[in-house]
Amino acid sequence: MLLRHTDSNVIEREALTVNPAKTCQPIGAMYAALGINKCLPHSHGSQGCCAYHRSTLTRHYKEPIMSGTSSFTEGSSVFGGQSNLLQAVNNMFTIYDPDVIAVHTTCLSETIGDDIPQIVDLAREKGFIPKGKYVFHCNTPSYVGSHVTGFSNMVKAIVDYFAEPVEYKTGKINIIPGWVEPGDMREIKRICYQMGIDTIMFPDTSDVLDAPQTGTYDFYPKGGVTIDDIKKTGSSQKTLALGITSSTAPARALDVKCSVPCEILDLPIGLAATDRFVDSLRKAANVEVPGFIEDERGRVLDFITDTQQYLYGKRVALWGDPDQLVSLTEFLVDLEMKPVYIVTGTPGKKFLTRIEKALNGKVPEAKVKQGANADMFLMHQWIKDEPVDLLIGNTYGKYISRDDDIPLIRHGFPILDRVGHSYFPTVGYAGALRLLEKILDAILSKMDRDSEEESFELVM
Amino acid sequence: MRKVAIYGKGGIGKSTTTQNTVAALVEMGKKVMVVGCDPKADSTRLLLGGLAQKTVLDTLREEGEDVELLDIRKEGYGGTLCVESGGPEPGVGCAGRGIITSINLLEQLGAYTDDQNLDYAFYDVLGDVVCGGFAMPIREGKAQEIYIVCSGEMMAMYAANNICKGIVKFAEAGGVRLGGLICNSRNVDNERDMIDEFAKRLGTQMVHFLPRDNDVQRAEIKRMSVIEWNPDVPQANEYRTLASNIDANEMFVIPKPMKINELESLLLDFGVLVA
Repeated sequence: MLLRHTDSNVIEREALTVNPAKTCQPIGAMYAALGINKCLPHSHGSQGCCAYHRSTLTRHYKEPIMSGTSSFTEGSSVFGGQSNLLQAVNNMFTIYDPDVIAVHTTCLSETIGDDIPQIVDLAREKGFIPKGKYVFHCNTPSYVGSHVTGFSNMVKAIVDYFAEPVEYKTGKINIIPGWVEPGDMREIKRICYQMGIDTIMFPDTSDVLDAPQTGTYDFYPKGGVTIDDIKKTGSSQKTLALGITSSTAPARALDVKCSVPCEILDLPIGLAATDRFVDSLRKAANVEVPGFIEDERGRVLDFITDTQQYLYGKRVALWGDPDQLVSLTEFLVDLEMKPVYIVTGTPGKKFLTRIEKALNGKVPEAKVKQGANADMFLMHQWIKDEPVDLLIGNTYGKYISRDDDIPLIRHGFPILDRVGHSYFPTVGYAGALRLLEKILDAILSKMDRDSEEESFELVM
Repeated sequence: MRKVAIYGKGGIGKSTTTQNTVAALVEMGKKVMVVGCDPKADSTRLLLGGLAQKTVLDTLREEGEDVELLDIRKEGYGGTLCVESGGPEPGVGCAGRGIITSINLLEQLGAYTDDQNLDYAFYDVLGDVVCGGFAMPIREGKAQEIYIVCSGEMMAMYAANNICKGIVKFAEAGGVRLGGLICNSRNVDNERDMIDEFAKRLGTQMVHFLPRDNDVQRAEIKRMSVIEWNPDVPQANEYRTLASNIDANEMFVIPKPMKINELESLLLDFGVLVA
């Protein structure tokens, strides 16, 4: 009973956050940067920041995460980090030869106010940036927003630095996938490919963070969007941005900079959200949805009807990032389950109204909380007050799962204690099937475990 | 050892007053260390006969962490020990953090230990306390007594009042107290009476009224304190009086900062502002 001191008596808090449902900006920026081909992320701050971000990404994706750091000392915090960054850029290009370095800031370098573009200009003047190579940056102070904000900032920086406006359009479709797993990105690409649509997806961590084991180590795996392709996003005819919180800013920036109109959609998790995504793809590229994708959808629908008796009315608590939560909530409501407790530490104005819409008036008892005081502790208190049948969220829920004996389905970021999440999608119809199987298995396994001998059934 | 911090509005004459007062204390036979807490590093110029001091932060930057007291502390007029904290160029880095770094370093290197036989350590802090770094000399009981240099000009009094707010904050937690106001005259009407009254309202005293005298500038251009330049001029005696007043001072208070409308009405009462 690691959390035995948590009780159901909720006291209004003004200042304290206990077990927050978010982490800090640079980790998202680092993940986004890894979705560029031959890109080396660089953390402009102290070593500890970089070590934490690398290790958490490594623990989640089970892949070595490479990143530079400006290794701030006390002196750098007084005099600014210019000389460290200059030396870092020189070292990285000399030793590791990336095509592009993606610099993100930290709380410390933000607070002392280091001017990254000025330092990068100086690095260029000094000849530290070889011809045809790039250094770009985004600002990621962790006292603003969350890891999702950092991800969004880096993706927007990709647009700001590289997208090139042109007069003619190529007819390609840009896909901004939002913060999802490499396997999810692969699945989104597969759907587009099978619909016969030519896309540019950025960032794209598939074949970077789920690269195959070949026996030789590639410092830069083959995946990731190339800078050439990023430049061409400005000549695409449309952008589909998935996940309002993580993808709105880059999609809008691309519209403003290169007049590529954008459509902002929920993450295609679950039946309805995937329907909308596929339909938007169909309209944007002016293609027919092939029969086998309709069949995939049909199989999801069949699964839902076959299992509805077990899922109906089951109470679920969810936590994590806004884009995932909105789509999951909608899916659970479609399954006639009851997402009763929903918590995210990531701020953002539209979340509450979107959740409201996803709940669709079907779960009047639902409690939703967002922002600094929306933490795992509060959610646990709610659960103590009135229990749930299922937990869906990242690894940090395993303590609640154990203490209150509630099955946990790991979803979101970070998942530090399991393998597989980076390979199997939860987006698209294939992802919906996988989620359904996981949900059903969790609920039936507990039923099996708890049933008396006389009601222990072979057939369910 | 008494640890004294001098605060006041920018340009009011903190560094000049501090160094001239220190020169007078030295003349009285006191052993004094002056710590300049200003990125401009001009707090010890008159004692060292020029900007000859390599700052703590420059030394740290160039020589790494392995710094000795001798590297950063220079002997000046009459055996005063002079340290300049220094800081980054304007527009980059964090000067506040610089002051924290250098004061911590001085402590680590034993600049304040008993075997240094210091009677006084003076912190000369730049004008506006804008962040935690510039409050460093009054945090954690580093300086115990504060003198605020001001004049009868409204903005100088406004700044002094503001500094008092900072002192209250740290006084409640630590041991820092206000020792008084030093009026560095700007020849404002009724200046002496007004600052006298201002000090009383703040719950403190005017330690000394320094008249305006061009001998200060004459000495300054020769890179000397008035006492070193010409010990016989009247202004030298003014600094001697200020030094002995500080030496004999026993009135240490937690100030009561004034509300802004009270401050303005004080100025009205003494005829500076005509309504």
